[in-house]
Amino acid sequence: MVQQGKPVEFWRWPETNWVNPDIDWEKGKFVTAGVDVGSVSTQVVILMDGEFFAFGNTRTGSDSPNSAKKGMDYALEKTGLKLENIDYCIGTGYGRVNVPMAQQAVTEISCHARGANFMYGPDVRTVMDMGGQDCKAINVDDRAKVLNFIMNDKCAAGTGRGMEVFADLIHVPVWEVGPRSFQISKEPPSISSTCVVFAKSEVVGLLEQGVPENEIVAAYCSAMAHRIMELLKRLGVKEKFVITGGIAKNEGVVKRLEKELGIKTAEQAWANLQYRKKNYPFDTQLAGAMGAALFGQAFLKMGKAKSARKA
Amino acid sequence: MIANYGFKDGSGDWYVTIDTDKCNGCGKCMEVCPEKILEVGPDEFDIFREEPVAFVKHDERKKVRYSCAPCKPGFCEQPAPCVAVCEPGAISHSEGWKALYGR
Ligand code: SF4
Ligand code: SF4
Repeated sequence: MVQQGKPVEFWRWPETNWVNPDIDWEKGKFVTAGVDVGSVSTQVVILMDGEFFAFGNTRTGSDSPNSAKKGMDYALEKTGLKLENIDYCIGTGYGRVNVPMAQQAVTEISCHARGANFMYGPDVRTVMDMGGQDCKAINVDDRAKVLNFIMNDKCAAGTGRGMEVFADLIHVPVWEVGPRSFQISKEPPSISSTCVVFAKSEVVGLLEQGVPENEIVAAYCSAMAHRIMELLKRLGVKEKFVITGGIAKNEGVVKRLEKELGIKTAEQAWANLQYRKKNYPFDTQLAGAMGAALFGQAFLKMGKAKSARKA
Repeated sequence: MIANYGFKDGSGDWYVTIDTDKCNGCGKCMEVCPEKILEVGPDEFDIFREEPVAFVKHDERKKVRYSCAPCKPGFCEQPAPCVAVCEPGAISHSEGWKALYGR
């Protein structure tokens, strides 16, 4: 069972962790970990010989090293595994160079491409990752090689952080933003500001005018969908199209984006039918950490890296 | 791989694009760039690649619109220095500057 932690804050997803009951890590050859330290949340994925073994999804704390440690402890919590038992650890995300237990750092772009390939299957062609600070769109081939990428990290409005500022401002928890954005009588015009500061004052203005809360939520979702679309237009979207990161859980944005693009996003489910049958948790936020842990497996197998296991 | 460095905002697309399949890592672009925004080193987006590759420095990615402006890439009679010096033709620029400086 996926464990849900700590009480709610409006702007962040609850913390979760899980361990695979079907795996005995002591029988494995290589245990690798991926640590994705984002500006808002931190994910740790642990693989045993390339199989999904455990994960922890926590909030990023005051600094990257502490967040990485906290995420790792949370992921290890119910595994019986210790940090010393891990053969290789790779850091990724915004704080990737500040992951103390990592032997190496790899960019989010590479990791999301790799993670999406593993989670959604090798037929994935476009991956869109909406992080807390930036937004990236990637075209990949069937071996998860990056063919083309584009990022937009100029402004927070089109990012996860923008959505959180918004959720906090109107006191709607982020996980309710999606459903609420459809509880409206008609689709409102979208928030026009592309800058997070202006978007904020625009929202305050709408609240003061007495515009129904759900309509404002809808307006913000469609603004974000539009921003993502603009980025994707330049890259060229191909199916199978997947969205990774927290925003993928926000159907208010996803459905509107699909409508604008005329392309559906792939079902959020394991390509691996065994995983699907066994109901292993599928969390779009794990793609980066998953990719990092997979690179660790590849490096060890190829002999490009040596095991750093201490016990 | 087509690597797009830069950003998009209300005024247009501001990207320096490097085709890493063409780039041979010779480093000439880095030498001629007056703003010193280019660098050659390990490919951080394709970690299995052995040869070095050109990229836009991290801190410069949000500023390319302004850094590249004096070169008027994509518009001037002369191509931008980085583009002119690159033998395999690996560097290009998005339309933002052209729209801004063109007639
Ligand atoms: S000049 Fe061209 S080939 Fe040489 S490093 Fe720069 S981009 Fe690559
Ligand atoms: S256009 Fe000019 S400033 Fe921009 S990368 Fe090329 S040489 Fe450097």
